[in-house]
Amino acid sequence: MAGKKILLEHIDVPGINTYEVYRKMGGYRSVEKAIKSMSPDDVVEEVKKSGLRGRGGAGFPTGMKWSFLAKPEGRPRYLVCNADESEPGTFKDRYLMEKIPHALIEGMITSSYALGANTSYIYIRGEYFYVLRILEKAIAEAYANGFLGKNILGSGYDLDLYVHPGAGAYICGEETALLESLEGKRGNPRIKPPFPAVAGLYACPTVVNNVETIAAVAPIVNMGGDEYAKIGVGRSTGTKLISAGGHLNRPGVYEIELGVPVEEFIYSDEYCGGIKNGKKLKAVVAGGSSVPILPANLILKTANNEQRLMSYESLADGGFVSGTMLGSGGFIAFDEDSCIVRNTWNFARFYHHESCGQCSPCREGTGWMEKILHRLEYGHGKMSDIDLLVDVSKKIEGNTICPLGDAAAWPVASAIRHFRDEFEWHVNEPKLCLERNYGISQKHEVVM
Amino acid sequence: MADKIKVTIDGQHIEVEPGTTILNAARQIGGESVPPAMCYYSKLKGSGGKCRTCLVKVSKGSEKDPRPMPKLVASCQTQVMDGMEVENMTSPEVLEARKGVVEMLLINHPLDCPVCDQAGECDLQNLAYEHGAAGTRYEFERRKFNKINIGDKIQLHMTRCILCYRCVYTADQITDGRVHGILNRGDKAEISTYIAQAIDNDFSGNVIDVCPVGALTDKTFRFKNRVWFTKPVDAHRDCENPKCSGKVVLWYKGEEVLRVTGRKDQYGEVESFICNTCRFDKKKTNDWVIEGPRQIEDTSVISSNHYEMEHMLPVVEKDPELMEQNQKMFHKKIQ
Ligand SMILES: Cc1cc2nc3c(=O)[nH]c(=O)nc-3n(C[C@H](O)[C@H](O)[C@H](O)COP(=O)(O)O)c2cc1C
Ligand code: SF4
Ligand code: SF4
Ligand code: FES
Repeated sequence: MAGKKILLEHIDVPGINTYEVYRKMGGYRSVEKAIKSMSPDDVVEEVKKSGLRGRGGAGFPTGMKWSFLAKPEGRPRYLVCNADESEPGTFKDRYLMEKIPHALIEGMITSSYALGANTSYIYIRGEYFYVLRILEKAIAEAYANGFLGKNILGSGYDLDLYVHPGAGAYICGEETALLESLEGKRGNPRIKPPFPAVAGLYACPTVVNNVETIAAVAPIVNMGGDEYAKIGVGRSTGTKLISAGGHLNRPGVYEIELGVPVEEFIYSDEYCGGIKNGKKLKAVVAGGSSVPILPANLILKTANNEQRLMSYESLADGGFVSGTMLGSGGFIAFDEDSCIVRNTWNFARFYHHESCGQCSPCREGTGWMEKILHRLEYGHGKMSDIDLLVDVSKKIEGNTICPLGDAAAWPVASAIRHFRDEFEWHVNEPKLCLERNYGISQKHEVVM
Repeated sequence: MADKIKVTIDGQHIEVEPGTTILNAARQIGGESVPPAMCYYSKLKGSGGKCRTCLVKVSKGSEKDPRPMPKLVASCQTQVMDGMEVENMTSPEVLEARKGVVEMLLINHPLDCPVCDQAGECDLQNLAYEHGAAGTRYEFERRKFNKINIGDKIQLHMTRCILCYRCVYTADQITDGRVHGILNRGDKAEISTYIAQAIDNDFSGNVIDVCPVGALTDKTFRFKNRVWFTKPVDAHRDCENPKCSGKVVLWYKGEEVLRVTGRKDQYGEVESFICNTCRFDKKKTNDWVIEGPRQIEDTSVISSNHYEMEHMLPVVEKDPELMEQNQKMFHKKIQ
């Protein structure tokens, strides 16, 4: 059944960004079905049955998350959509919101109904301001057609939906930093517990879900949770949007049925069409910059020589020794000429730049790693730098308030785990490295 | 009252109130097993969780759910559960992680202790001494900021700051009209008074006392002396400001009061906050009722020669009762 499209089924229909066309193609059916014939708990039950897992990175079962939502008397509950999408390599939410904005709006309404939220927010990455405009237009259309506002479809259920732009910080994608930012504060992640399900936005019970997670709720309600659970493989049910980038013949956003072999995803013409310019594959970052990088042999096959699949379980097979994570689905391919050290430095630079600075290991360690990697990349590194990097990454990992610390540590640790020889080569043959990476042979001065 | 909760820290048992954090339970036990805390401050709501020096290992979650916690946890944030077992100094993993945190706190620190007013009463110095490594592995230029005056009495030396956020919470909770926060992100983050706007209110001076390092210092004391050459005396006055306790420590050099601070306990926390009038303007002996020489931890450099009998402080020497107190402390110390 490979090639099944659910979220992007109508992507090529002209005018699908408008209410009329979206509706004509069957849009907003889930709202009608849920509000007219289901109780909120029924909807939660369907989502549970569907096996849907969070598409924002951690892969937490959505139905379970929803059932944790506290329901104290007399306090509002909120649904907040995480559209901050800033993970390097990930651009699927933008594509979906830009092309089919109503898919998200519909999901927001159906999900808000399920959770008993009367006010919901979409927190969107600041740089996606033009997408915010698209969403606001779609929201206005939904209000005009009675799907938002007071007494939706005559049911007595009220919902207001707002879009709120961030101000350019990756950390505001971490759900509690997002809530702080939405409240108008500095976007520092909160210390947990309490979790948002108990005390989230304005200290009220809150669910935060990724754009794609929320959009998937509409088809789940339409087809029923059991039907959805049949798509995919094992506990990786449904379809997933993959942002494919790097040295691929056909980069772009693909909707895959979970369980497609990685090899097929990279090489088949239905998907990425192989590596650019006929080169060989060297490595893959399979789930956005935060997940461990894997060399070609380990991304195509697991350590047990089984075919690696695009699924939560298969990508994680082997743990961090020989596996990785599906993450947010930011799939970055590197060809044989790419420099792993240079790429690791690039990622490290990103995390250094994006650390909020609250906790000492992340604030100081990210900068330290970046500086060491910079020195290695520009031919001033020492052999001891490699183990130092591993040690610094270990001092950060697991010791911080939010997972950004881990996200900074994993790419560095995994790059050295799998490509130590290339780091050593940078120390032993700095000239050759500079020549390969930059086409220059003289050592140039490192500006720190 | 709810039943007390049993918890074991480094093999020592204690019963505490429900809702107590591991750190506070450890403080009730006292001694070696108390994790160091650079950002938590019991009097400041929301403080803690940031510096990560107080990380401990929970080897048994509770009687009901004995599974260990998967990661080290911040003891200042984690509440005890009945039957919980915690490892602090007995866990090599904790000591290693803490060493890492100390190293992180130091890589960008200027290490300018010889010219820093905080030296001798600096939590970072103590932390590095007790939990740090001997050398540094950091070979890059350290972060630098310009000094900023926060009003005419307080100086911010951001280069020394460890971003514990204590002063931010103080500005938020103790002083009126918050004009103090954090600008920028990551290792570029800095304490700001919103474009160097002066904090001007009755309680701003408390940010000096809560700062664990020499990032916020008293300009009226700057470079006047090293703290270990001054002698602290407990004193109080009937302060006009209803929010001020009027309970202070006067730091003397001879006849002169060089500075006035709140009274800090063994964890570096003031017993109560004091107003700026007491702190900056009352520097004459006759402004105060002297209670007696301040009890200082023996391990502190300040305690050396503190109670010596030969060069007694003039204010102490004048009063037979205070002299007697001094004598007792002196004997206790030399025992
Ligand atoms: C540093 C950091 C950045 C994150 N950025 C995003 C993001 O841009 N979008 C997103 O959906 N989740 C992001 N997450 C994950 C969220 O914290 C949260 O787990 C997610 O929004 C939950 O939604 P889901 O269960 O639908 O995946 C980020 C997490 C971290 C630690
Ligand atoms: S891990 Fe990094 S980004 Fe997360 S709270 Fe700590 S300093 Fe901020
Ligand atoms: S100035 Fe002092 S109190 Fe304020 S954050 Fe820095 S170290 Fe903490
Ligand atoms: S004292 Fe607990 S993290 Fe700082």
